[in-house]
Amino acid sequence: MKLTLKIWRQKSAESKGKIVDYKLDDVSPDMSFLEMLDVLNQDLINKNEEPVAFDHDCREGICGMCSMFINGRSHGPDRAITVCQLHMRSFSDGDTIYIEPWRAKAFPVIKDLIVDRSAFDRIQQAGGFISVNTSGNTQDANAIPISKHAADEAMDAATCIGCGACVASCKNSSAMLFVGAKVSQYALLPQGQVEAADRVKNMVAQMDLEGFGNCTNTGACEVECPKGISLENIARMNRELIKANL
Amino acid sequence: MSGFFKSSIGRKIAMALSAFFLMFFLLQHFAINILSVFSPDLFNEVSHFMGTNPLVQFALQPVLIFGVVFHFVMGFVLEIKNRNARQISYAKNNGSANSTWMSRNMIWSGVAILAFIILHFIDFWFPEINTKFIKGDWSGLHEGVEGYRYFEELQHKFHSHIRTIAYVIAFVFLMLHLLHGFTSAFQSMGATAGRKKTLQNIGKAYSIIIPLGFIFIALYHHLKYVLG
Repeated sequence: MKLTLKIWRQKSAESKGKIVDYKLDDVSPDMSFLEMLDVLNQDLINKNEEPVAFDHDCREGICGMCSMFINGRSHGPDRAITVCQLHMRSFSDGDTIYIEPWRAKAFPVIKDLIVDRSAFDRIQQAGGFISVNTSGNTQDANAIPISKHAADEAMDAATCIGCGACVASCKNSSAMLFVGAKVSQYALLPQGQVEAADRVKNMVAQMDLEGFGNCTNTGACEVECPKGISLENIARMNRELIKANL
Repeated sequence: MSGFFKSSIGRKIAMALSAFFLMFFLLQHFAINILSVFSPDLFNEVSHFMGTNPLVQFALQPVLIFGVVFHFVMGFVLEIKNRNARQISYAKNNGSANSTWMSRNMIWSGVAILAFIILHFIDFWFPEINTKFIKGDWSGLHEGVEGYRYFEELQHKFHSHIRTIAYVIAFVFLMLHLLHGFTSAFQSMGATAGRKKTLQNIGKAYSIIIPLGFIFIALYHHLKYVLG
């Protein structure tokens, strides 16, 4: 496959970036998207040019590190996958592919396609946990009866890998799908009830402080989420916040 | 509680509450206006009741005005804040792949509705306020008009081609706004659990029937005048 890549290049957080064109002539349809970028980077290194910086780690759709906005969509054209699970067979010979970093004020670009997603960490630290004694006498989780329905929904919410695709695809750069998933995962379980009110208040306050936009229920986040996190988690977070304030 | 309404979620809940109020108002406005097609006398009677009842005029009307102003102001405030949350746009953004046009353009359908409301106020509300609160005429009568004046005034407004077209276009934008706004308001309130499909269907029915009904009323009076 012959491809034209239009990639956002930015030397550092302080410098101005721009789209730079690259040509690749021998891309296998069986390559993953990241492998294609590896080939490009090898070419650049061979030419004594700066390789494209991009985040990646597990390369099996679990860690949520690979964060790219490809041809106008988070993680590219296919549904429910991360960039590392995207393969070049999803594109055609002769295609032009735009590759950009997540765009949000709360996710500043560090270099090229790498953004700083530590805002998510700070939201988690504000309340995305339960305080339990882990000194060796922890109660067996199965000793607490939990309905199958609640356990399944909590597990679905917990599959959020915090990649930030929800923020990137939202026209408002809203983080509510992420925060909704983290609030839901505990709100659905008895262990999460003790700190439920403080959790939702603190996490929402931190989310606002980080400069994310407001959700207008377009549903783009749900469509682009690689883990299929449902909008129902945002509705649940809203209910939890109303409950916490009443 | 004031902190709640300063939070992002509190604000969207406030938007949803004002939207519920406006959607209820729209329903009762339509219920009254459709009477003008079936029974001019009944339309006049109900209009006179609404136009002179102290509860409606001095309690509900100010709440309505507040609701309308609040919904628009908060809508613009949130839009500015949301635009500020992404300072560099994407070179290529395929929004239609993951969301509807209506959901992405609520601000523009809202601006079109605001323009319509200004026209509608000039047409009906300002003259009504002038007659009742400045001239002090609460009789509902007008020289040369038999019975109450309301039906006559309504018909007269739809003599103009341009005004009728403007009203029809505005109702199309209202439909587009409601097609996203109805379900969105319930979602913001966290009230979609287990009933999302039902709410979406009710929302579609409401969003299409009410604006189409208003279009029908405007065209009915216009064509009645044009065709004699």
